[in-house]
Amino acid sequence: MSSMSERLIASTALPADYLNEEEIAEIEHERTLYPDTRAVGLEALKIVQKHRGWVSDESLFAVAEYLGLPVAELEGVATFFNLIYRQPVGRNVILYCKSVSCWIMGCDEVKEKISGELGIDYGETSEDGEFTLIPVPCLGDCDRAPVMMVGPDQHRNLDEKNLGEIFARYRKGRD
Amino acid sequence: MVGNPLTRNIDFSRPPLDLGAYEATGGYHGLHAIARGLEPADVLDLVKESGLKGRGGAGFPTGLKWSFVPMGEKAPKQKYFVVNADEMEPGTFKDRLLMEGDPHLLLEGMIIASYAIQASKAYIFLRGEYTDSERILRKALAEAYERGYLGRNILDTGFDLDIIMHTSAGRYICGEETALLNALEGKRANPRAKPPFPQVSGLWGKPTIVNNVETICNLPGILAWGIDWYRSLTKGNDHGTKLFGISGKARTPGCWELPLGTPIRELLEVYGGGMRDGLKLKGFLPGGGSTDFMLPEHLDLNLDYDDIAGAGSRLATGTLILLDDKTCPVGMIGNLMTFFSHESCGYCTPCRDGLPWVDEIFREFERGNGTHRDLAILEEHVDYMGPGKTFCALAPGATAPLGSGLRYFREDFERHITEKRCPYKN
Repeated sequence: MSSMSERLIASTALPADYLNEEEIAEIEHERTLYPDTRAVGLEALKIVQKHRGWVSDESLFAVAEYLGLPVAELEGVATFFNLIYRQPVGRNVILYCKSVSCWIMGCDEVKEKISGELGIDYGETSEDGEFTLIPVPCLGDCDRAPVMMVGPDQHRNLDEKNLGEIFARYRKGRD
Repeated sequence: MVGNPLTRNIDFSRPPLDLGAYEATGGYHGLHAIARGLEPADVLDLVKESGLKGRGGAGFPTGLKWSFVPMGEKAPKQKYFVVNADEMEPGTFKDRLLMEGDPHLLLEGMIIASYAIQASKAYIFLRGEYTDSERILRKALAEAYERGYLGRNILDTGFDLDIIMHTSAGRYICGEETALLNALEGKRANPRAKPPFPQVSGLWGKPTIVNNVETICNLPGILAWGIDWYRSLTKGNDHGTKLFGISGKARTPGCWELPLGTPIRELLEVYGGGMRDGLKLKGFLPGGGSTDFMLPEHLDLNLDYDDIAGAGSRLATGTLILLDDKTCPVGMIGNLMTFFSHESCGYCTPCRDGLPWVDEIFREFERGNGTHRDLAILEEHVDYMGPGKTFCALAPGATAPLGSGLRYFREDFERHITEKRCPYKN
């Protein structure tokens, strides 16, 4: 109970300039594309996440206040869609396909290898904060399974050998 | 004449054609046909006559779908056209190929469709994970605006159209067209009650058509080269070509454009290269994860809506998922049940509560704890979650591989029970 009320108090004390100029400009652009504020709400969550990595309670409250949307409604939307992250994630989000074609091609075995290499299971972030592993439905490259995304990039024909090289590319300070 | 209108410009060894190059191959001829005087009703008639059926899964005739949109002076001023580019059906990888291979084909199709129903705003509802598609389509959109094929008074027709890119925040249920509309409106993507149908009251209560990417990519050819050409493409009862795919353990999995009515065996053996060495085909899903299993004995049927329906399944997305004799059918169906269970929107009871129950039973089978009572519960759920028992088609989709799998692979379920383990595991 206390943590909830503390959070609510924290929300009312949000600085008026919580959303930065860039975020506001992008949200205002979305307003021109949709005739209704609720639609802009979901877009605004995506915008805040793009800038901050995830949607914190503070971000949610700020978006709700800025657009004049009920917090509960926005939270209902934020928790419905799997690409809105309501918990902190690592610098790189791994979206790992475990749908049927990838399963036939051995994605469970490759996933074990990933878990071993990064020390994380689904829903977890590696200790160095580099990677978060999240399962997703079919990524639409089924003839080149198994498939995963790291950040915005698709990686195909995964096997136990090419994983290490892929992850090395995303670690901070390496290119 | 062109035999592969959907993929004729696609060559992944180079970037997709830009607007100029697309036009040089006959692109935007459909749009110019409109500018030369085709009325919206003429376009509708052409699409009706073409016999084009929706390529997103349901196979509903496209012209008929459009015909329910109110037209004329008394129709609402604002109407919407939406492309369903939320490709997420397990084992389906065809719309990505079209969007990333030839983006202007989709845009031209969207302009034609929007003109036919007189929608001045169109949205591309794109899967959020399809980042390459987004980049490629945004570039094509900018070119189309610059060339005057989008915006105000397109080619002096008096027709205005804006196309807006919407990237989805996820969830399989958004593929259901009324759930998609709720997601576009920024709401939780629960499906809506029908009627009213979107054609009459869709996005923000306005008349709206939602069509699949591949469906729309058929339109430029129909307008440019005509009905006779389009109807001559097929080898079977339905018209046109379609993208067909193969995933699983074939020698050369992939996605190809073939005439409707092509024998399934030809797709598997000529294009897919047959099964990998040492493997035999045990069964296959003909059109993604929501279709009924078919068996090797069905290979001589044609890739045609009626032929596949005759074997108790659906052509749906046309992307085959192969089950080989070294892969456990119980495990494969269990994988699908986990997927459907996760993706239930939670709105209606049979789906929200039935799918997790079914999924948990499959976990027990995997652990060697499956019983005959469990089999009976699975059988019951094929009925409880079947067509007509749920709010939308998600759970009935799950019962397709479940029910047919229980029927065709009974022996494998039995072996899990008697051997108290998965017989496919070493």
